[in-house]
Amino acid sequence: MSEILKTRQALTGNEAFAYAMKQINPDVVAAYPITPATEIVQIFSKYVADGEVDTEFVAVESEHSAMSACIGASAAGARVMTGTSSQGLALMHEMLYIASALRLPIVLAEVNRALSAPINIHCDHSDTMGSRDSGWIQIYCENANEGYHSLIQAVKIAETVNLPVMVTLDGFIISHGMEVVETLDTDAVRQYLGKRKPMYNVLDYENPIMVGPLDLPDYYFEHKRQQIEAMRKAKAVIEEVVTDYNKRFGFDFPVFAEAYRMEDAEYAILVMSSAAGTMKEAVDIMREKGKKVGLVRLKVFRPFPFEVLQELFKNVKAIGVMDRADSVNTMGGPVFNEVRSALYDLNSRPRIMNFVFGLGGRDFPLSDALYIINRVKELKEGKSLDFVEYVGVRE
Amino acid sequence: MKKKGWKELPEGGIIKNVPTSQELKTGSWRTQKPVWDPNKCTNCFLCWLYCPDSAIILREVNGEPKVSGINYDYCKGCGICAEVCPPKVKAIHMEKEEL
Ligand code: SF4
Ligand code: SF4
Repeated sequence: MSEILKTRQALTGNEAFAYAMKQINPDVVAAYPITPATEIVQIFSKYVADGEVDTEFVAVESEHSAMSACIGASAAGARVMTGTSSQGLALMHEMLYIASALRLPIVLAEVNRALSAPINIHCDHSDTMGSRDSGWIQIYCENANEGYHSLIQAVKIAETVNLPVMVTLDGFIISHGMEVVETLDTDAVRQYLGKRKPMYNVLDYENPIMVGPLDLPDYYFEHKRQQIEAMRKAKAVIEEVVTDYNKRFGFDFPVFAEAYRMEDAEYAILVMSSAAGTMKEAVDIMREKGKKVGLVRLKVFRPFPFEVLQELFKNVKAIGVMDRADSVNTMGGPVFNEVRSALYDLNSRPRIMNFVFGLGGRDFPLSDALYIINRVKELKEGKSLDFVEYVGVRE
Repeated sequence: MKKKGWKELPEGGIIKNVPTSQELKTGSWRTQKPVWDPNKCTNCFLCWLYCPDSAIILREVNGEPKVSGINYDYCKGCGICAEVCPPKVKAIHMEKEEL
């Protein structure tokens, strides 16, 4: 490739996901619409109707069926994608585990939305956090541009390590917010991805295999152990794919986590997805006042990049971990619990606390971001604080 | 048979070299045994059609298929063949399985 064509387009998060899917041109898409991810499937089905993709589009009657159809098609060697959100992902739950254990590289465009009840259509991370142990790779993106490129990378990652990948964007905040996305030339995307080379093909009648048979106490554990090993290998694959993508197309995407003004930081905030934008602004304000605060935006949650976090946080004295979901376990959110566990072995273990925020789409204003930084500063100075705080909730 | 470790098994929980049911001799499950009488059999093939384990053996005799016995490696002794054999013929009856 002598010249890589990039185009600037104004796209919403959903449009960016759908456009990436069009360029990927998957063999099969089976999906069911759900707010706020509806447009992904809606726009994509228009590409199908207009003959702009070669995809076999399966309009199923539920998300459980959507993932089931994806599994069948992927086991037959097809490149398969789908999109969903919230209750839809929850309805796929049973099939998510089957997709990952059968080692099928399905790629799912996910839009983060709160789980019922009470019914809420706005952003939080309770949906994908509920799938965190399903054996899927999870990539949380800050904005539509990162979502678009991560979805393309996800196909490469998935098909290299033979594990499914979900790429997420924050519901409404990003899915319906318009921004400039630097899209690649369609030929470049297709050339980059090439053809899928499946690990097995259930339709290869010359080499018959059985997929998904009963696996009792004498073999199930061995198969799970293999899957865990694949997730361990996924770390090297993600690193390789993102690094190569950056080099090939001239980008600077972080691999596992983005470190923002962490150079000489004495205390730090860890956050995922779109709230990082507001947090960066707050960090800049505090830096101008001479406060040594930094930010880590965690991008890959599965596999959990604990080594990267240990390295990033080895010199800080206090950390505030932000969760847009609560584990309802009386000890905070899932990101907090895993980060805290990852840092337990550090020689100079930092003080650490959790801020649960933004549930059900609750706004996260700059004032809350500054409040959180000040709280972590107090923690660093030795003040004794509750280890979980709920920011933005009325008392 | 030594069981394979996780590094040796095919990934994704798939099983290669199917059909594996040939290796699983279900005949050891039997508590009752069908006994077939070639002199009574009219070759209606009802037993062959109904046997859930494909354990009724057919052979070609003068270009025609004929029942030629029961494959006790796989016959589980369910008794369906004896049940479906026409009452006027009664070419199969069940006996206690003696070891
Ligand atoms: S007893 Fe059952 S398994 Fe055995 S030959 Fe008869 S029908 Fe088949
Ligand atoms: S059902 Fe009875 S008569 Fe018919 S083929 Fe079988 S043994 Fe023979």
